[in-house]
Amino acid sequence: MTMKNTEMEEKNWSGQTMVSTDYILFEAPRTKHFMTGSEVLKEAMKRCTVDASVSYPITPQSEAAHLIGELWAEGYVGTYFRGENEFGVMSEVAGCAMAGARTVTTTSGPGTLRAMENFPMWSGTRIPCQLILMARGINSPLTIQPDNLEVSFLLETGCMIWYAENVQELFDMSIAAFTVAEMPDVHVPIITAVDGFFVSHTRESVMLPDDNIALKRYDPYAAPLPPIDSEMPPGRFLRDPFVMKSNYISYATHASWQWEVRSAVERSVPYAKHYLEGLVHITGDEDAEIVFVACGTASHQAKEANRELTKMGIKSKVVKLRTIRPFPHKELLEATKSAKHIFVPEFNVVGWLDKEVTQSLYSKSEAKIVGRPRVAGGMSMPVEAILREVFENVDVKKGA
Amino acid sequence: MSVDIYKINPEFRDIMPQEILDLEDNATWQSEGYEKRGINDLTDKKEILEEHSLCAGCPEAAALRYILAALPTPEETIIVNSTGCTSLMFPHIALHTVHSLFGNQNAVASGIKRTLAWRFPDKTKDVVVLAGDGATVDIGLDYTLQSFFRQERITTICFDNEVYANTGGQESGSTAKGQVFKMAPKGKVFDKVPMWELAVTSGVAYSVKLTASAPKKVAKVLKEAILVAREIGPTYIHLYTPCILEIGLAANEGLWEMKEQDKDRFVDFKYVSPEAEAHLKQCKKEGLY
Repeated sequence: MTMKNTEMEEKNWSGQTMVSTDYILFEAPRTKHFMTGSEVLKEAMKRCTVDASVSYPITPQSEAAHLIGELWAEGYVGTYFRGENEFGVMSEVAGCAMAGARTVTTTSGPGTLRAMENFPMWSGTRIPCQLILMARGINSPLTIQPDNLEVSFLLETGCMIWYAENVQELFDMSIAAFTVAEMPDVHVPIITAVDGFFVSHTRESVMLPDDNIALKRYDPYAAPLPPIDSEMPPGRFLRDPFVMKSNYISYATHASWQWEVRSAVERSVPYAKHYLEGLVHITGDEDAEIVFVACGTASHQAKEANRELTKMGIKSKVVKLRTIRPFPHKELLEATKSAKHIFVPEFNVVGWLDKEVTQSLYSKSEAKIVGRPRVAGGMSMPVEAILREVFENVDVKKGA
Repeated sequence: MSVDIYKINPEFRDIMPQEILDLEDNATWQSEGYEKRGINDLTDKKEILEEHSLCAGCPEAAALRYILAALPTPEETIIVNSTGCTSLMFPHIALHTVHSLFGNQNAVASGIKRTLAWRFPDKTKDVVVLAGDGATVDIGLDYTLQSFFRQERITTICFDNEVYANTGGQESGSTAKGQVFKMAPKGKVFDKVPMWELAVTSGVAYSVKLTASAPKKVAKVLKEAILVAREIGPTYIHLYTPCILEIGLAANEGLWEMKEQDKDRFVDFKYVSPEAEAHLKQCKKEGLY
C-alpha cells in the first residue's frame, strides 16, 4: 500500500501527517536510534494520535508513563492526568475510551492486580484501549524485579494479549495494537506486554520512522457500540433490561455477550497476522526435534541456546509466540510438527505458558513437553540453564 | 448532535414502541425550546425515565424522576451509575448512561468528562454521577473524593438510603450509629459518615444535603449543581431516599419518613463557594434557572 496524496494532506492536531498503519510500519523510511523500552514507547505513542492517557507510578513502568505525560505537555496527546491508583486509573481509561478517545495506559505487577476488576469490564464494554504491561513480580514478599507471573492473571479477561521481545518490537507492536484493537469487527482492549527492566530499561538500537507522521484518528462512530458522548442514539433497553432479571433471556444474553467478546479476540487473527508479520516467529532449523516455545525475553535467551546448540552440531529451533490472546494454536502445531522435545523457558514460577502450550498440543503432538527452565523473582535466565534442561532431557548422542 | 439523536426515522415510526415515539413527540428537550424544564413537566410531558422496576412507593424512584425532569440539558447529559438499586433503573433512562463497576463511578465519569472536553471543546456536555451510599461513601469513597481533589467538572449525586438495600439490608458507612442491620447485628458502632462535609473539605464548589421530600427543592439544587459544575468545579448532592423496605415502612410512608428526617439527620446543609455563588447569581440574572 502506498501513501496517497490525499493522505499526505491530512494533519492531526499536532501537525503530523496522518498516514496508514501499513505506511508507518512497513514503508516509511527509518533511521537508527539507541534507546530504552520506556523511551521507545514515547516514540511509538507520539506517532499514534493518542487522545487520552491516564498514569500512575509503579516501577518499572513509571518512566514510560512520565514520557507519555511529556507528549501531552508537547501537544501530541489530547488529555492526560495522574490517577489515584491503578483501579481508578483503569476505570478512568474506560471512561476516556467509552467517550470516544484512543486511550493508552501503562502498569506493572501489583498495579495490574489492583486494577484487576477493570479488565473484564474493559472487554465487556468493547473498548479498544491499550495497556502497556511492563511485567514485574507480585508481592509478597515485596519485589520490584522482572517476572511475568502477572500475565497469567490476565489470560481470561477477554482482552487481547501480545508479547514483545525487545525495544524494537515494543515500538512496532504498540502501534499495530491500536489498529487491530480498533477494527470494528474486533474492538476489544489490547494488552501489549514486555518484560519489565529487561525491555523497559535496556537501551538497544532501534529503527524508527520520522516523527512527522502518525496514525489516523480513531473513529468512535465506527465502533460496534455507540460511544458515550450524546452524539449518537443511546442503546435502548427501556422495556426489558436484562440486568438482574432472573429469566432465560437475561442469562442467555450475558452468556452470548461473553462468547462474542472471545470471538472478537479471534477475529483479530487476520489483522494481527498482517501487522505482526505472523503470530509466531521462528528461528533455527526447520526440521529440528528440539524446539523452544517462548515469548518475550525468554525467547531471546532461547535463541542464544539455539546458537550454542548449532555450534555443537545439534539442531534446534525457537518458536516465539507474539500473541498470547488470541493463542496461535494452528501456528504452534505447524511449527512443532518436527518436535520430539519441546522446552518452554519462562520468567515465572507457575509456568503459565507451559500450561498454554501443553493444552494447545494435547492429543495433537507426540512431543515431550518440558516446562523448564523457570526463573523468577528477578533471576536471569542464562543460556546454560536452558542447555542444562536440554542435556538432562534429550540424549543428544542419539541424534536429536 | 443534541436532540436529533432522539428523532426517529419516519420509515420506522409504525414499528416503534409508544414510549420511543413519545420521546420525540412529547419530551422536554432544552434545544426544542424547553429552557426551563422542571417538576411541572412530570404531569403531562414524556419522562426520560420509562417505567421502572423498583419497589412500589420507593422514594429513590421518585427522586430519580425529579432529577431527570430537572436536568437542564438532558440531550447533552451523560449519567454514570454504580451497582445497587439505582442500577435497576438505569436501563430505563433514555439518555447515554454507563454502569461499569461497583464504586468506580467517579473515576469513569472523570475519564468521560475529560475526553468530552477534549473532543468537543465548544460544546457543553454535562456529566452526572448518580450512585447509592455504599458506592459513594464506602467502596467508591476514594474515587469520589479523588475526583473532588482533581476538580473534575462533574456533579455527583448520592442517593443515601443509609443501607445496602439491593444486597438485602446490610450496614453501610452512611447508616446511623446504633442502627441494627445485617452485618451490624449489635447495632452500628460508628457515626454516619458526613459525606457532605468531606466533599467540602475535598474541594467541591457546591455541597448540599437534603431529603427528596420537596420535589421542587430537589430540582433547584440539581440545576444549581450542574450550572456550577459546568464553570466552577465539582459539585455534590447528598439526597436522602429511604429504603422503606429495610426500615419497615409501607409504600405510602416514604414521604413521611423524609419529612421526619428533614428535621433530624438530613437537616439542611448547604455549602456554596464564593465563586460558585457569584456564578449562580449571574446564571439567575441570565434566566438560566
